[in-house]
Amino acid sequence: MSAVVDAPASAPRTADLLVEVQGLGRIFDVSKPWLNRVIEHAPRRLLTAAADVTFAIARRETFALVGESGSGKSTVAKMVVGLIAPTSGDVIIDGVSMHDLKHSAQRRILRRRIQMVFQDPYASLNPRWRALDIVAEPIRAFGLAHGATEVVAQVGDLLRLVGLDPADGAKYPHEFSGGQRQRIAIARALASKPEFIVCDEPTSALDVSVQAQILNLMRDLQDRLGLTYLFISHNLAVVRHMASRIGVMYLGRLVEVAPARALFSTPRHPYTRMLLDAVPDLDLTGRQRKPVEGEVPNPVNPPPGCAFHPRCPFANARCRTERPLALPAGAATVACHAVEEGRI
Amino acid sequence: MTDPVLSLRNLRVEFPTRRGTLTAIDGVSFDIAPGEVLGVVGESGAGKSITGAAVIGLIEPPGHIAGGAVYLRGQRIDNLAPEAMRKIRGKRIGMVFQDPLTSLNPLYRIGEQLVETIKTHTTLSDSAARKKALSLLTEVGIPAPETRIDNYPHQFSGGMRQRVVLALALAAEPELVIADEPTTALDVSVQAQIIALLKRLCHQHGAAVMLITHDMGVIAETADRVAVMYAGRVAEIGPVRDVIKAPLHPYTKGLMGSIPSLTGESERLTQIPGAMPRLTAIPSGCAFHPRCPRSFVPCATFRPELQPEQKSQVACWLYQPYPVTAGAVT
Repeated sequence: MSAVVDAPASAPRTADLLVEVQGLGRIFDVSKPWLNRVIEHAPRRLLTAAADVTFAIARRETFALVGESGSGKSTVAKMVVGLIAPTSGDVIIDGVSMHDLKHSAQRRILRRRIQMVFQDPYASLNPRWRALDIVAEPIRAFGLAHGATEVVAQVGDLLRLVGLDPADGAKYPHEFSGGQRQRIAIARALASKPEFIVCDEPTSALDVSVQAQILNLMRDLQDRLGLTYLFISHNLAVVRHMASRIGVMYLGRLVEVAPARALFSTPRHPYTRMLLDAVPDLDLTGRQRKPVEGEVPNPVNPPPGCAFHPRCPFANARCRTERPLALPAGAATVACHAVEEGRI
Repeated sequence: MTDPVLSLRNLRVEFPTRRGTLTAIDGVSFDIAPGEVLGVVGESGAGKSITGAAVIGLIEPPGHIAGGAVYLRGQRIDNLAPEAMRKIRGKRIGMVFQDPLTSLNPLYRIGEQLVETIKTHTTLSDSAARKKALSLLTEVGIPAPETRIDNYPHQFSGGMRQRVVLALALAAEPELVIADEPTTALDVSVQAQIIALLKRLCHQHGAAVMLITHDMGVIAETADRVAVMYAGRVAEIGPVRDVIKAPLHPYTKGLMGSIPSLTGESERLTQIPGAMPRLTAIPSGCAFHPRCPRSFVPCATFRPELQPEQKSQVACWLYQPYPVTAGAVT
């Protein structure tokens, strides 16, 4: 790991950027149907799932987004791969905008180079398809093989790459265990020879011993194939194990972006500190934890100012009214008035 | 040592199916002392939840207890008539399930559900029961309980609901609380609150706890002793510090190594090859032997029993004389 320097951590120090996420935001309309609104005089209800999310990922790097449920991490992941359109901001991958209409031709070429691995391998594999067809789908869709035998050969290689037997291709998803299914999902993601893989909670549905297998596999594949990961998780220990830089999200906004090591040794944002403090301690140090008060507020009516202020022990009048900007603090980028003013 | 609150002796739970009988729990024995928190860990399919359900008599038919016994304060409870068991359930054994939304009735106010539970198990009047319900809600940390008591479950957040479920479990002052993955559905910051609350409440009420979870971190923070389950059997049981810091069974060692840590270097995780066996195909001998890096002569044929080793008990031939050579090998 490199030394701590005074550069904003939302961008890696190398110039070789693969992914740039710029001011990404998404608002969902969660209003009742029109007739109900008219009869009940209910206003529209808008949910800001993500706002002003800015970060960049260098080639062969793993960038992780962590946060509790409702923090908007999966929404950001889906916008990055283009599964949902942003309300504001843009995602630039290798110079091509994922959402600008002008780039639609280049985007079609770019698509092959981006893949996604989802959380639940029970839901992300078609139960009526054999593993062979599941893994072969991207190969066929992008026309990466000529003839059936070549497809089968490529699928066999992919299955071997993720630690399965090529003969497993004849089986259906229900014949595999959870860990094996996630291996199939990874093989499918690798089938189009991508450079960038978005992993949305890839191990949350798995047992710890199987999780260890999948995390090790993902790291090996990254080393062998030079992959770039955007890794989404709520598990701080998993993120620490996988990522080189980490973004912490709270109620749709990035509160802190920092190199992995710095985030765990010197967490700056009060929310990051709270998260780290709340993780159960496996080392039995007997440290006294001050339990955090409260829960994540409803994102439909987020608190004004800094969204974390009702739970924050350092909040003052400014925090309650003025939204903090993301500013560099040491090796990190932190959105917090208390950090900016040097109060903590 | 005082008499245990709960004793399991060689408990065996079977599920008859069309393709033969599945043994979900196979010879599980342990004790829980008064006021003790026993953690039960294992991966999915290890039989931890079935163990909890067997104790409280809630195994779904056609599953049934096929052998062994469950004792509550020395009284055998696994063969009781349904009506007698119903009197114990809730009164002497409280239960906390994983998902607070499914363990509360969405159609009744929180207060009604608490009062119903209190009145079922005590002789209190309506007003006294409501007063008790209010004090329970205050105790579990619900803000403004006087107004919240008349709310419905959907008006509570996940963490608050789990607090209500804790209040329900403790309403009749049970001797034992079975908590089955009480924090798995919650975010990490709320999880810390609920664990602290569970620990404090059970300590104050003098209730013993059987804490079922897959999360070693939760066990490390909460339990006094821990039982590690694998394929329906207890692989290792001992004081939490010994099991976590110096695990004996190769499965426990692998399990501890596979957990990513918040401290130390982030090198490769230890991985256990393979996956938990399906109930239809439990290996012979020691159920862990096909995945075990240290399996040897007796493991595939003979099943090891729990034997005392240091401060723990472990079911592994590495720590006991094995039957192939008649001589003593330790």
